[in-house]
Amino acid sequence: MMKKTTAAVLGIAGLVAIGCASMAHQDEEALAAKALELMKASFTEQGQAKLDRLNQDEVQKVCSEYNGDRKIPKDVAERLEKAQLETIKYPADGKYLGDWKAGERIAQSGVGMQFTDTAGAATGGNCYACHELTKQELAFGTIGPSLYNFGKIRGNTPEMQKYAFGKVYNSEAYSACSNMPRFGHKGILSEQQIKDVVALLMDPSSPVNK
Amino acid sequence: MVLATSAVAFAQQPSSAVQEIEKYRAALGDGNPAELWEARGEALWKEARGPKKASLEKCDLGLGPGVVKGAYTQLPKYFKDTDKVEDLESRLVSCMVALQGFTPEQAKKDPFGGPGKKVPMDALVAWITSESRGLKMNVQTTHPKEVEAYELGRKMFFFRGGPHDFACATCHGADNQRIRLQDLPNLTKIADAQKAYTAWPAYRVSQGEVRSFQWRLYDCFRQQRFPELQFISPASIALTMYLAKNSNGGTFNAPSIKR
Repeated sequence: MMKKTTAAVLGIAGLVAIGCASMAHQDEEALAAKALELMKASFTEQGQAKLDRLNQDEVQKVCSEYNGDRKIPKDVAERLEKAQLETIKYPADGKYLGDWKAGERIAQSGVGMQFTDTAGAATGGNCYACHELTKQELAFGTIGPSLYNFGKIRGNTPEMQKYAFGKVYNSEAYSACSNMPRFGHKGILSEQQIKDVVALLMDPSSPVNK
Repeated sequence: MVLATSAVAFAQQPSSAVQEIEKYRAALGDGNPAELWEARGEALWKEARGPKKASLEKCDLGLGPGVVKGAYTQLPKYFKDTDKVEDLESRLVSCMVALQGFTPEQAKKDPFGGPGKKVPMDALVAWITSESRGLKMNVQTTHPKEVEAYELGRKMFFFRGGPHDFACATCHGADNQRIRLQDLPNLTKIADAQKAYTAWPAYRVSQGEVRSFQWRLYDCFRQQRFPELQFISPASIALTMYLAKNSNGGTFNAPSIKR
């Protein structure tokens, strides 16, 4: 009897909790819509940065919602990753490795796509802003993991090269709501530039693997 | 052994670089060029300007007409006369319009200084904020519009967009992170939010200018690859509300000096 009562109470408490959660969810959605409206009235286009940059795609919308203590549910994450994996356009020639020296220049450069940048000029990947890559560059950030010895640790295999290409092309395909930009999917880096970055990561002669 | 020693020195390099920057700041702190802006700001506050040839001495920054001391620690806040939540810069524009007779366009025409261009707004902000030095941040969300501004600011903080999918939270949502060698405060945590917010405005050595909090947000969004954030726009005030309130209890210590 005691057990039944407890179960019943728990059941009601559970329902209330679910009710609160879905109410909170609705509130958050309404708030998000209002915040977007506010932002559209507060930003103006400048140079290459048009107002459409505020129009979120599915990844941006979902990942804005799940943040801080609100972790993305596993099924949502898996769905998102699957959809993003399908966006990756692998090189038609089947070659993933470019020139690691060009890759190093791309990793160093943070130029591109700000409204103060020249539209159409070659953009950088700014990898060092967030990652350690080589032991020669001390000014690296820590938002992402260290990539030192990336190829040496994982092995310079075609499978690993393909994975590295895909990860740089669209990081969300492997880790939902990753902080890393989707360099290929969003047209930040060209296919050749991504190959060069992959060479920086994988090529045995790259300082990343020394 | 030599290898081991150099490896240790190597690993320590970034943190010691940060310590060197701290020393540099401390050395400069005694003679912060922001004082020049502060002096100009105080003179501007008292100077009769605009079509009505009036000073700003009757401007109500939230603690009553003419009260400057401590005013910045309670901003942004709701003002009944404009029926809006205002930060310091937007409140100054409201006062310039109401008291001095400027049009809103005139009052917000030159929000930030640049090479060879010193603007009244930077100077006024430098002086008024300096009058809160040593006082604790105490931003309230009692009026419904203050609550709403805070909540909208929170949403903006986590809003991912643009070609790089960046949000404020991308760089400022986790502990102990760096971009290149620059330490990044986690603005969702009280201690970091206090330390960061109470250090703006700042004299930027690299730019030779005093930069306001409005400028800080403007330039963050530029680097986020967003379009241009408009000066004292509602979104800028909402985000300021979120960040200012998160710093409550922190001791205000600006204008500061930064690289």
